[in-house]
Amino acid sequence: MSSGAQPYRAPLEGVRVADFSWLWAGAYATGLLSLLGAEVIKIESMTRVDQTRVMTFTLGKAFHGVESSSVFNAINLHKLSVKLNLKKPQGVELAKRIVQISDVAAENMRPGAMESLGLGYEVLREIKPDIVMLSSSAFGAKGPWRTYGGYAPSFACASGLANLTGYSDGVPNPMTGSTDLMAAITGSFALVAALNYRAETGEGQHIDLSSVESQAVLAGDALMEYLMNGKVQSRVGNRDRIMAPHNCYRCRGEDKWVSIAVSTPEEWRAFCSVMGNPDWAKDERFDNEYERWLNQDELDRLVTEWTINFTHYEVTEMLQRAGVAAMPSFSNEEIVKDPHFQHRGISAVVEHSAMGKQVVFGVPWRFSKTPVKVRKASPLMGESNSYVFGELLGMSNGEIERLVAEEVIY
Amino acid sequence: MGTETGRTILRELVKQAHVFVEDNPPGIMQELGLGYEHLEAVNPRLVMTSITPFGQTGPYRDYKAYELNSFHAGGEGYLLPLHSYEPDREPVKAGSIVGDCACGLSSAVATLSAVYLAAATGMGQHIDVSKQDVLMSLVQNHVCTYANLEEVHSRIRRGFLLVLPMECKDGYIIITIVTNREWDSLKQVMGNPSWADDERFSSWVGRHLYGDDINPRVQEWVRQFTKQELFHKVQSYGVVAVPVATAEDLANSPQLKARGFFVEVEHQIAGRLRYPASAYDFSETPSTMGRAAPLLGQHNDSIYCERLGYSREDLVLLRESGVI
Repeated sequence: MSSGAQPYRAPLEGVRVADFSWLWAGAYATGLLSLLGAEVIKIESMTRVDQTRVMTFTLGKAFHGVESSSVFNAINLHKLSVKLNLKKPQGVELAKRIVQISDVAAENMRPGAMESLGLGYEVLREIKPDIVMLSSSAFGAKGPWRTYGGYAPSFACASGLANLTGYSDGVPNPMTGSTDLMAAITGSFALVAALNYRAETGEGQHIDLSSVESQAVLAGDALMEYLMNGKVQSRVGNRDRIMAPHNCYRCRGEDKWVSIAVSTPEEWRAFCSVMGNPDWAKDERFDNEYERWLNQDELDRLVTEWTINFTHYEVTEMLQRAGVAAMPSFSNEEIVKDPHFQHRGISAVVEHSAMGKQVVFGVPWRFSKTPVKVRKASPLMGESNSYVFGELLGMSNGEIERLVAEEVIY
Repeated sequence: MGTETGRTILRELVKQAHVFVEDNPPGIMQELGLGYEHLEAVNPRLVMTSITPFGQTGPYRDYKAYELNSFHAGGEGYLLPLHSYEPDREPVKAGSIVGDCACGLSSAVATLSAVYLAAATGMGQHIDVSKQDVLMSLVQNHVCTYANLEEVHSRIRRGFLLVLPMECKDGYIIITIVTNREWDSLKQVMGNPSWADDERFSSWVGRHLYGDDINPRVQEWVRQFTKQELFHKVQSYGVVAVPVATAEDLANSPQLKARGFFVEVEHQIAGRLRYPASAYDFSETPSTMGRAAPLLGQHNDSIYCERLGYSREDLVLLRESGVI
């Protein structure tokens, strides 16, 4: 291929995805590919509505019908959408024709569901021998629990992360929906890896992803602690197994906190110096790393007596200037108003045809030569019917209208 | 890297590489003459990924952060422990070093995408990854909810249905209900108690608004069972229930065993141990955990001599002069 002359707008331009995925863990995996330039055709139906189209974080506010979910919008940017009723044989045939002109197929139904629809990997491979297919599920497509379902909180719990998150005297905590997105990013990674392999060898393949395992590998140190030493770790709040101070400290204002982590002797000296070298810091209970770690309840209390006099921004600035790691524990409001966030520009405003202007996130990476610009909101359901069925598959208007009437394109 | 010879060797290595990943503070690589603009001249196809706490640009670019600080700067910490009933207590980070690991994973997606483009076009590029950006993107729905509706989210509880794990006889389990069908099935598995027929609970929004009325009653029911009993019983009704696993549970999980999640690897010093492998099975290119993490400098000979063509005598000189 030529280099230089052709302006490449995005890394995955030219890749087409037949997207059977839904919810977050599936839809964001292909959503990232879509932001990276792939043409992602979401295959959905009024008979099988993506739950994120009909749910919200805001309990009723700004919400009506299947076209007004900011949750759906955020993770389905750039995608195209066709309506296709996979309960009808003709719908399945059309889905196969979309796969035939695609490079990737992605789905996160319960294991076995795609096979029951007649759209399993073996079938798709017949139609498109080099297809790369991602099947993402809670526990994976093999093993005794393969048919069991899961959502984001289940991934956190079954992976061991929830058991490690929370106060030491509290119950296990399932984190936020971030676990869904981490499963999705793992799916994106596997897909792009397989696309690279295909580019080199011409071979496609099937990827069987377990969302639970995608989280478990992120807690590898806790697993190794058990596998090597037989020790089961539990919740420790913000604390570290070596460093102290290592916590969030209350600052001036309502529910304002700064995170501070001190590791080396140099950092400890700098930290004390910023606090004005208080007498207590010379106490032998805080003389070295081990003493500080042993006496951290008292240490945390004393540090708070200092931080409470300042805003979290003030503490951060003073400590960072001295080479000590500190950052506010930001709320969503503070992030939006923060100058660094505004400078980095990872959010963007898109115009959604039903919801109007929406602030969304692009990708969290800056590419020097192919910067990713968010250029389109999520699709209305079926908004790309005529492009996909007409232009890509070459069907006539009459044929499309007939299939709409027969509730195949539905 | 402190010697000119060392930097020259790195450039030779980069000439043969598809990918170069570094996580030095911003500016260091440029000072060493190893910034992307220098390395691009050596290898135009190179994909260089720089991973730092706050990225290469912006007011915080020189700020220092451990995983604790990155996690809280990313905004998820303020939301944890999710659904807390203790408004006076501090926000916490997620367990383990999950924040940093997620950043590595995310960077790999960007890197491999750029490799894909480089293979097709011959054009490499530099990727600037800010851990804060990655972690914020994991809670993007919360951030955007403020940006769009000026609604502030915190860890303090806001009603909601069955957000937290519940106590069983022998541990914790979480039940998650999203659809109406799942709610109806949960009612069924609980033996259709009359309290559950309340009209207010018949929709998604209603169940979350009146979560406080539902949660203690489900908890009461859950307490009669062990977590394994309940797991299989509830899942058999098509309802999502999952026990809270400890590392020990994972190490002994029949599911992870059937999937070959743990793989034995021989390490020269640590010996033969089981390690968590990968979350995915590739049908054509199954992962093989053949090689343990390297010892420091373990592959000096194979890289310097076999890959870059230095002689054994060169190695002696490079060692003596402190380059290696």
